[in-house]
Amino acid sequence: MFLTHLQRITKSGLLSYKRNGWLSTATVLVMVLMLFVIGNLIFMGALAGVILSSFESKVDISVYFLPDANEHTITSIKNEIETLPDVRDITYISRDRALELFRERHKGNQLISAALEEIGDNPLQASLNIRAKDPSRYAAISEFLLHKNYKEIDKINYFENQQVIERMGAIFRAVRGSGMFLAFFLAFIAILVTFNTIRLAIYTMREEIGIMRLVGATKWFIRGPFIVSGVLYGVTAALITLMLFFPLIWLASPRLAVLVPEFDIFRYFLQNLVLFSLLMFGGGISIGVISSLIAIRRYLRV
Amino acid sequence: MIFFDNVSKIYNHHSVALKNVTLKVDPKDFIFLVGSSGAGKTTLLKLLIREEQPTDGKIFLDGVEVTNTDVNDLHMIRRRVGTVFQDYKLLPTKTAYENISFVMEAAGRADAEIEEDVPEVLELVGLSDKRDNFPHQLSGGEKQRVAIARALVNRPDVILADEPTGDLDPINTLEIIKLLQKINELGTTIVLSTHNKEIVNSSDKRVVLLDKGEIISDKEKGKYLLI
Repeated sequence: MFLTHLQRITKSGLLSYKRNGWLSTATVLVMVLMLFVIGNLIFMGALAGVILSSFESKVDISVYFLPDANEHTITSIKNEIETLPDVRDITYISRDRALELFRERHKGNQLISAALEEIGDNPLQASLNIRAKDPSRYAAISEFLLHKNYKEIDKINYFENQQVIERMGAIFRAVRGSGMFLAFFLAFIAILVTFNTIRLAIYTMREEIGIMRLVGATKWFIRGPFIVSGVLYGVTAALITLMLFFPLIWLASPRLAVLVPEFDIFRYFLQNLVLFSLLMFGGGISIGVISSLIAIRRYLRV
Repeated sequence: MIFFDNVSKIYNHHSVALKNVTLKVDPKDFIFLVGSSGAGKTTLLKLLIREEQPTDGKIFLDGVEVTNTDVNDLHMIRRRVGTVFQDYKLLPTKTAYENISFVMEAAGRADAEIEEDVPEVLELVGLSDKRDNFPHQLSGGEKQRVAIARALVNRPDVILADEPTGDLDPINTLEIIKLLQKINELGTTIVLSTHNKEIVNSSDKRVVLLDKGEIISDKEKGKYLLI
């Protein structure tokens, strides 16, 4: 009995999807638009994340040591700092390495090379470059070092760059926060538009729904085909959206790579294809079904 | 079988559709519900399948109180009552065949039964050749006959027919009335509302006359004389 009903409901859902061709097409297209917006938001989010963290990784603080500080002491200080939970990584740059880097950076500059020759000795200091997991934690790390009062430490450049670092941190947080809000807002609107389209589609069938009730159909027997149609809308829309994303992302990928070399969007898409497809199908089907169920409710009260 | 117990339906104080109607219909009865338009015939039929709720009073179908049935159980009542609606109420996106098979499917009948019964009732109302037409491809009379076929097909205990011959020519009218009488002889209760004096007067059945929402006469083997 249940199977017979299921079979009839499925058949009827398929048939009404086919017969209401224009309505189905319109609903599917609106849903494609919704999924497309949501998909884009996901890619934007990933892209923004990559850009932000590449900016963030450029922010660091350096601890400079007095020239007579020996490497052993510096290593033990480094080990101590590494135990702090806020620290992402530390690189030790010895005096020799610092000079090497400095030379390399100013290779073409005759004046600086001449000045270095003039001094004879290595004027640069050994340093530790510290990167925090979160830019807002630099203050705490610097405070910790200051508090320890190591006599080998000459200066910590956080206190020189404090304002810049703090401002950068604030900007990152603001971009993340407002981006998230914007994404949710846009996704919400896209969902609302889809919901209204489906509501309108069901509104045009309200009389039919009433008639079905009056000739003895149960509520579920009437709802069933609408659920089937909702699933079909979702599946079709997800398929179309995925087929749209493939060429679009493939085309966008090299152009984007020029702007953000560290983000290969096509690879990101392929890597996350299963998850992304699940989201498209899941999103499409659930919006299709849930909207149908909500929209049909009031017309069933006959 | 059917019992209207002091039923009133008031839409607003200007428009009283039914006033203190008490009506008893026995099993296997065939009654004509007559009266001018606006007399309350359609409202009376609507109340029996709970398309509307009365303002006052109770309605019973075979001892079950229709007026008190849970919305989720209304289909049980509606499956026992085949209704021919005045405005046909066919499903516009389904063919004649599907409109009829729908009520059987909804009632959970077996496929074999459906495949046998639907063509049979289509034949009975003379629409075998229009089985795959959609309602908008049918004339008024044809739609009415699909509606009649749909009301018959589940072999209900009661058939309510609201002006079932309103859009039919005299020959078709006569045939439909004969058909309903035959169904009645086989044991189905029939309540038929009509304006058509001829079919009432040539039938020798119980006639209930409504006027302005009240029953003003109820006679076995009655005639429709007024108005």
